[in-house]
Amino acid sequence: MATEGRAGATASEIGPPVTERITVLAWLKHNLFSSWFNSLLTILVGYLLYIVLVPLFRWAVLDATISGTSKEACDFGGACWTLIKVRFGQYIYGLYPEEQRWRVDLAFAIAVVAMVPLFLERFRHRLTYAVGLVVIYPVIGYALFYGGWLGLPVVETPRWGGLFLTLVIAGVGITASFPLGILLALGRRSSMPVIKSLSVAFIELVRGVPLVTVLFMASVMLPLFLPAGVNFDKLMRALVGVALFSAAYMAEVVRGGLQAIPKGQYEAAMALGLGYWQTTGLIILPQALRLVIPGIVNTFIGLFKDTSLVTIIGLFDLLGMAKLIVTDPQWLGLAAESYIFAAFGFWIFCFAMSRYSQYVERRLSTGNRR
Amino acid sequence: MTGQGAEPIIIMRDVHKWFGEFHVLKGIDLEVGKSQKVVVCGPSGSGKSTMIRCINRLEEHQRGEIIVDGIELTSDVKNVEAIRREVGMVFQSFNLFPHLTVLENLILAPMWVRRMPRKEAEELAMSLLERVKIPEQANKYPGQLSGGQQQRVAIARALCMKPKIMLFDEPTSALDPEMVKEVLDVMIELANEGMTMVVVTHEMGFAKSVADFVVFMDQGEIVEVAPPSVFFTSPKSDRTKLFLSQILQH
Repeated sequence: MATEGRAGATASEIGPPVTERITVLAWLKHNLFSSWFNSLLTILVGYLLYIVLVPLFRWAVLDATISGTSKEACDFGGACWTLIKVRFGQYIYGLYPEEQRWRVDLAFAIAVVAMVPLFLERFRHRLTYAVGLVVIYPVIGYALFYGGWLGLPVVETPRWGGLFLTLVIAGVGITASFPLGILLALGRRSSMPVIKSLSVAFIELVRGVPLVTVLFMASVMLPLFLPAGVNFDKLMRALVGVALFSAAYMAEVVRGGLQAIPKGQYEAAMALGLGYWQTTGLIILPQALRLVIPGIVNTFIGLFKDTSLVTIIGLFDLLGMAKLIVTDPQWLGLAAESYIFAAFGFWIFCFAMSRYSQYVERRLSTGNRR
Repeated sequence: MTGQGAEPIIIMRDVHKWFGEFHVLKGIDLEVGKSQKVVVCGPSGSGKSTMIRCINRLEEHQRGEIIVDGIELTSDVKNVEAIRREVGMVFQSFNLFPHLTVLENLILAPMWVRRMPRKEAEELAMSLLERVKIPEQANKYPGQLSGGQQQRVAIARALCMKPKIMLFDEPTSALDPEMVKEVLDVMIELANEGMTMVVVTHEMGFAKSVADFVVFMDQGEIVEVAPPSVFFTSPKSDRTKLFLSQILQH
């Protein structure tokens, strides 16, 4: 006997659920105008967006100028993007001599090509390759950027600037602070008192001071500790400062991940006879790092933007160049355009990092279904 | 207290352990002979898990001696590592490595601890997976397996190190009843092949069919040791009788 449902319909007669077709009007009504209060808010926000976005769009696009070679060309009353077009090279390369800029291009092209194998899923030895790359590429990069061999003229580091400098500092900072941060996190969780105290002291000390002071210290105090005559390059000091600073933050992010690994994982590894480094490298870190990818990328993105602080020690990164270019009397009053372009530059890279991290998370979580 | 005169492979003499103020092991004396199967049972909190975890140094004992396979368990790392290579352990919560496939779980230890080449380790792993009857799961991740399958993988993983002793800490307690049998069958087969086993469990059927002797622990002490034929039919201590009456109801 078939079971009776509502209104006498039998179980076999009740069909699949009816899906409503959602029209635009229905969506609007449901999401934006569902109640008097919501409708009021919608209208208010709509009005605010209108009075902000429309003039902005008019200024930035409709009335803007990009043609010409001097400020006089900008006479439509809108944004003067001509500045960006004319000085584009300086935004990108800083004060690097124009005829040597190909070296920077070459070095970055090599970097991009060299990173391709890291994205190939079938390549088994990616970790060793990455480590090798991290060791070898700085040599190549430095040789090309600095010069002094094979007939390439030397370009001193104070002339490096713009986006190029930002990428160098951020790249070195990220690459150095990641392994260092992991080691500090492991050190903080160590049962050996000396290592633990040193790790804690370092982390708390560095996190307790602003990056600006770290850069000052690295720039002013580091030379005092070094033997007379040994003079560290200004950029080198900045790199050390940025790397150490970021490592302290990275350490805490990684430590959060390490804490989340259940004790059973350690016990299983110990019971199998794996030693400390084997357990940490094969079992714990792969899981812990996957857990805190959002935190790690957060730290990287913050670091990328913090590189602007090197302006304190006289280096001109992308933001520094944006500021410098505006001081040129030829381009007076175009601060907004300059800074907006710099902001846009930062945003592109940070957004790219963010998207990449989501891709990495998606790819790595396939194996983690508990 | 020991079984019938077999050469002892695990010796525990007057072992005491404290967790802070709490005296969890109060003078344990136990000898397990080679190829013997010992079932340890008792109410929760009796210290039975702690006791077997002392055998491979997952817990440290504060007083007394533990000698495993002729090696004394001290804080000397070399001794501990040598012992852990010969002692395999299976946990209540499986503790498989979720970021690795089943096969990778198995070959990890032989490759990194015994320095076995990858091909050899994979062959060994596959043969063990066949022994626990799940060779087709080799490339799956632990999260995709049922509880019973995961525990069998855990057993295979421990066996990949070719241990002399296998410790089981309530291996079936976290499993659905229908999966308990498949894991116990694997354990019985293992027992029949001559492995030395120390099993903490509530599965008395297993004890009756396979154990050489049963150890009853209560409040940190070993209360009674007897072969299953004696233990279940005529227990000596009142505490044992109380425990048996509680667990043999269903």
